[in-house]
Amino acid sequence: MTMRVVIERKIYPAQEGAPERALFENLSFELADGEVCAIVGPSGIGKSSLLQIVAGLDRDFEGSITGLPQPVGYLFQSPRLLPWRTARQNLELVIPEQPGRAGEWLAQVGLSGSEDVYPQRLSLGMARRVALARALAITPKLLLLDEPFSSLDEETSRGMQRLVAEHMQTLRPTTLLVTHHWHEAAALAQRVITFDGSPARIMDDQPIRQVRAAE
Amino acid sequence: MRAADGEDRGTWQGIASILLFLSLWQIAAGLVESRLFPGPAMVLKSLIHEAVDGPLLHDLGITVTRVAISFIIAMVIGTALGIALGRLAWLDRWLNPWLVILLNVPALVIIILTYVWLGLVETALLVAVALNKIPNVAVTLREGARALDRDYAEVAEIYRFGPWKTLREVIVPQIAPYLLAAARNGLALIWKIVLVVELLGRSNGVGFQLQSYFQLFDVSRVIAYAAAFVLCVLLIELVVFSPLERRVGQWRR
Repeated sequence: MTMRVVIERKIYPAQEGAPERALFENLSFELADGEVCAIVGPSGIGKSSLLQIVAGLDRDFEGSITGLPQPVGYLFQSPRLLPWRTARQNLELVIPEQPGRAGEWLAQVGLSGSEDVYPQRLSLGMARRVALARALAITPKLLLLDEPFSSLDEETSRGMQRLVAEHMQTLRPTTLLVTHHWHEAAALAQRVITFDGSPARIMDDQPIRQVRAAE
Repeated sequence: MRAADGEDRGTWQGIASILLFLSLWQIAAGLVESRLFPGPAMVLKSLIHEAVDGPLLHDLGITVTRVAISFIIAMVIGTALGIALGRLAWLDRWLNPWLVILLNVPALVIIILTYVWLGLVETALLVAVALNKIPNVAVTLREGARALDRDYAEVAEIYRFGPWKTLREVIVPQIAPYLLAAARNGLALIWKIVLVVELLGRSNGVGFQLQSYFQLFDVSRVIAYAAAFVLCVLLIELVVFSPLERRVGQWRR
């Protein structure tokens, strides 16, 4: 089933002196089952807000999201692990019916031996890998990745990209990847949507091959 | 290891400081030689006498029960109210003035009014103590509810925790430090208020006995009852609050 995102209007409320502004107007796109689509665009344009809307976490907009694949795995920009639960417990919480698999998932993201560590003892790269394992462990039909490789050193970033690519091959979830790095989009996605302007509009929507050829 | 050593040293220093105080007190009492200023040995004698042959254990039991019931009522209502105020801005706007008023009305006035309006009955005692404590709990828990991190609530929503699991895994761990602070302050405040309420209008309990021995100017028994009660509270601190605090703060280490 095709997922269809239609946002007629999304207002960002006035805050701390900044006036209210329209984040999106008449924005719509579709994603085929299993399609991996990168969303690129400048900072602050609303890429993360779009993921929040698609995930159903922000319902304060005019429009509709139909054909949403379930369940949704969401890798937030910050790892958002529950700090009072260990790495393993954070995973067990999302797969209560198969708690034994938490250890396997941690091994897959290269964190054997850190199962019983609390998140605040993990580096950002490690915490993000736990969060990635959490998003993948539920066997998502829709995977939302919000700048999954930002603030990581080159090597960690490449390792994580490999991990994401491998698991996307096996699980084949419909994926929205928010990034502002072209090379990340090129490495993982089949299609790139470019946002720009205020309110944000789709400036470009192309298969990755054409984007590469144009470059 | 080093932290544990530090903790041990802290415990020994605490005990040493109490022993030093008791010795100085005993020496001072020996110098004054008055029944209005008994030393710790005399107080201990009264304590043992009251516990074995007197009504101390009976009255202590009654007071501890009253403290426990008032504590539970104040914590349950105060927590529910505090969380509601922290989450619902309109409710907070309506009730905040009342919280400020209740926080500032002297405990004694509330006690007298509840006795006048409800009579010298057990219910009046519980209502008076709860009314004195609920605002404190509510204010603390309101802060806790305001500090709840929306990010974790979103994790719970995405990964379909459901209401019960969200409460247990996401909300309670965040408000636990506030609950613990409210409970600790609550216990300290409640037992003091319960004694006053007993003194003013009940015919049993530690507060009532303090009143009786005060009228007889029997200072050693007054201190003996107070000491017995303080020991009870210390025991609760050691057995309940300290382990709870360690558990709540475990992940921060």
